[in-house]
Amino acid sequence: MWEALDDFYWTYQSLIHAVGVNAILALSVYVVLAVGQLSLGQAAFMGVGAYTGALLTVKFGVPFGLAMLASALVPALLALVVGGPTLRLTGVYLAIATIGLGEITRIMFLNWDYAGGALGLSGIPERGGVVAIYGTLAVLLVGLTLVARSRVGRAMEAMREDEAAAGVMGVNLPRYRLVALVVSSAMAGVAGCLSAHVSSFIGPNEYGFEAAVTILSYALLGGIGSPLAPVLGSTILTLLPEVLRPLADFRLMVNGMIIVLAVLFMPRGILPWRIARTG
Amino acid sequence: MIPLPPTQPAPALTVQGLTRRFQGLVAVDSVDFTVRQGTVHGLIGPNGAGKTTLFNLVSGVLAPSAGSVRLGERALDGLSPYRRTALGLARTFQNIRIFSEMTVLENVMTGMHTRLTASWGILLRGPGFRAEERQAKAKARDLLAFVGLSEAADTRAGDLPYGDQRRLEIARALACEPRLVLLDEPAAGMNPAETHALLGLLSRLRDERGLTLLLVEHDMPLVMSLCDRLTVLNFGRRIADGTPAEVRAHPAVIEAYLGTGGHEVSVSRGLGS
Repeated sequence: MWEALDDFYWTYQSLIHAVGVNAILALSVYVVLAVGQLSLGQAAFMGVGAYTGALLTVKFGVPFGLAMLASALVPALLALVVGGPTLRLTGVYLAIATIGLGEITRIMFLNWDYAGGALGLSGIPERGGVVAIYGTLAVLLVGLTLVARSRVGRAMEAMREDEAAAGVMGVNLPRYRLVALVVSSAMAGVAGCLSAHVSSFIGPNEYGFEAAVTILSYALLGGIGSPLAPVLGSTILTLLPEVLRPLADFRLMVNGMIIVLAVLFMPRGILPWRIARTG
Repeated sequence: MIPLPPTQPAPALTVQGLTRRFQGLVAVDSVDFTVRQGTVHGLIGPNGAGKTTLFNLVSGVLAPSAGSVRLGERALDGLSPYRRTALGLARTFQNIRIFSEMTVLENVMTGMHTRLTASWGILLRGPGFRAEERQAKAKARDLLAFVGLSEAADTRAGDLPYGDQRRLEIARALACEPRLVLLDEPAAGMNPAETHALLGLLSRLRDERGLTLLLVEHDMPLVMSLCDRLTVLNFGRRIADGTPAEVRAHPAVIEAYLGTGGHEVSVSRGLGS
């Protein structure tokens, strides 16, 4: 029994890591969507976190715990700096600005020789693993559920439904938007650091526009009624290509079809249930 | 103007020289008026007179081109809507703007946002947090009972009938413990029975809770029987100010509502009595 489990783990190790990391990324985009904003910058924040953590462990031999902390703080700081001017934008304009941010960081890593330039950074020590990934995910899930069931959760949902009315109810809109972006970027940064330390290699093109859209689709598929919904979405989107592997050549077609059908027939996500907002 | 005797409390709201231009159009043109403590003050005027713009200026949704607004002694100029709410200003909207996905109770609790203080307690769930949340819930239920929506506490707000949604908006506005409530056409779209119930509710707000109300309303019988004082706007300017009886007899008001040459007899009927 134990042996079978061990076998399973070694066979699907990278998939198990990806499910956890993607779930954290899904939660990070959920935090922004939950206040009614649209960000396509999550991949960039993930990249900044991945490079911060990997550079610290590879070049300086910093302990993993400290590297994790730094990989949360650096993207958070970036979000704080970028957030001031960009959060005056809303909706699709904010999305465009965050795409710009993503491209800037990608090109920066591409040309930064110290961090390996276009070749990326290799030889990253294996740290954290399943325990760190799923531990972080559990802490975030519990934390976000508690936040949802409080005055902050009520304010967030109110903002998403009708921002002007939420402001008249006394919600400090600029502050909520900024804090949501900062928290979400810290979460994406941690996800980047965790994934870098289980894959031994990172490159600048892993954190481009495509990754940003994939992260957004986790929350679109799952829904944002509760923190559990985006996690379900990311898990399905991560596992689906593997489950469909026997379909061989039709795999990607069926994969795409399932996503399109889900979005068409379940516009509120596959888990539309909304969490109660009282503590 | 006769100077106010020193014992007179400060007006609940003072609007001075308030102006808002939209490119060429002057929607609100140097309007002055005061709202006395504990009264219901009506803001009336034909369509397009600038009433809703004035509300948006007072609640901070729009910034004025000139002029000032004071809540009690406190100047509100330049403050965001949420700061004004914290200082005791609440409002409802002309087109209902409840949070329709949330439950009725959650809507009212959202209105308490500025009165709740939980921060780290949200994550730690200590006794302080739980007590605050429990009290907030109890208070929200009281407010729902006050407006007659007790039964609907756990209903999705968007599923309420129209008149109930209006009452929910009032309960939500009361939840922030305001000193002054701005009501933008609270009777719009209501049938006579609902309007009558609303009249009773708004009188109780003034008489039992000592609240000051400023309302925009087109339903003249409601305005005339409820309001203590009226300010009349036309084309963004204040054209009259006074008790309902004074306003009804004011020549500029008669002209604004009926055009020149209107007969006073039909005016009294038109404005209700």
